[in-house]
Amino acid sequence: MAEGVRPRVKVPRSAEAGEVVTIKTLISHKMESGQRKDSDGNQIPRSIINRFVCAFNGTNVIDVTMQPAISTNPYFEFEAKIPEAGEFQFTWYDDDGSVYEESKSVEVG
Amino acid sequence: MNFKTMTFVGAVAMALPTLGVAEPDDDTLILNGDTEMTTKAPAPAHLEDAVDTIMSGWHFRSDETQMMQADDFDNPGMIFAEQGRELWNTVEGTEEKSCASCHGTPEDSMKMVRATYPKWNDEAEEVRTIQMQVNDCRENRMGAEPWKYDKGGSLPMEALIASVGRGETVDVAIDGPAEAMWEQGKELYYTRTGQLELGCVNCHEDSYGMMIRADHLSQGQINGFPVYRLKNARLNGVHSRFKGCVRDTRAETYSPGSPEFVALELYVASRGNGLSVEGPSVRN
Repeated sequence: MAEGVRPRVKVPRSAEAGEVVTIKTLISHKMESGQRKDSDGNQIPRSIINRFVCAFNGTNVIDVTMQPAISTNPYFEFEAKIPEAGEFQFTWYDDDGSVYEESKSVEVG
Repeated sequence: MNFKTMTFVGAVAMALPTLGVAEPDDDTLILNGDTEMTTKAPAPAHLEDAVDTIMSGWHFRSDETQMMQADDFDNPGMIFAEQGRELWNTVEGTEEKSCASCHGTPEDSMKMVRATYPKWNDEAEEVRTIQMQVNDCRENRMGAEPWKYDKGGSLPMEALIASVGRGETVDVAIDGPAEAMWEQGKELYYTRTGQLELGCVNCHEDSYGMMIRADHLSQGQINGFPVYRLKNARLNGVHSRFKGCVRDTRAETYSPGSPEFVALELYVASRGNGLSVEGPSVRN
């Protein structure tokens, strides 16, 4: 597992039914592209998060494939419509097989 | 009007928008929707002959970059401040202490630190930067290895200490025992160096608000350090920034942590007396 990985998510605690809310996500990760060399000239192996998924009550909201050119600490901001009270699940998939998860519940009313 | 005059007028009209002026804006920085920051202030007394208003580098950045700094979630520098907090609570060294063992929570004990450093230390009889003071604690109170300047844990720790002091007004003492060091820093600020023969003053006092190639020249205030720079996606320390500037004048640079840069940091910090502490800020 890459060092110092910590997911952070910002979702409003409550919303009106049918309201569109803004969701911000950020995960600290070095996102090593695999194209750099260290001071001895050896290639630094690629180590990135290659997929990010957000779901609401099991329904997919966004599913992103990430490539090596994405910078460190990838940040995603997107909008989602809240049909009912429930829970957002956020999942990040690392090259090394690690999976980082976070969830936030939203109330309606 | 003959043809020659017309082309001349045309050329002037076309040149006007590209004269290289990049004036600071008049936006207001409100942190997390509640803390209003002082980003413009009357110049401190020692600077009155040179500048009327001191301005944070924040005013010279685009709206998008400014917004990133206004919210802790959007500010990538806060990731490093969080790392700093982990280090704060990590027990290290032979004395089996962490920063928290003596200093409790940084919100209580470190609130005024960024605003008042570099600062004269009576016991050691020297001017100390935050990083020097942290390393003194690490060596003598924790029995731990000191961090290298602007490397390792230094910057995340400095970011944490700065972040809890945001909104406090920079007030670096320049009289008393610190005065000699301050004079040395002032000397460095006004001395031209390198093949390009530039001193700090030529860009940051004489020419702020102009373009330097594709970038805006700010006043070079350091109230926002350590700085998260978008160009290298990490924290940058004051001394490393000094080094970059001196290198760009094509001079041999001093090293981060050297007495020359400590003096320069003291002097440059005092030029920002009156602005709010902003670190970790976001810049290009």
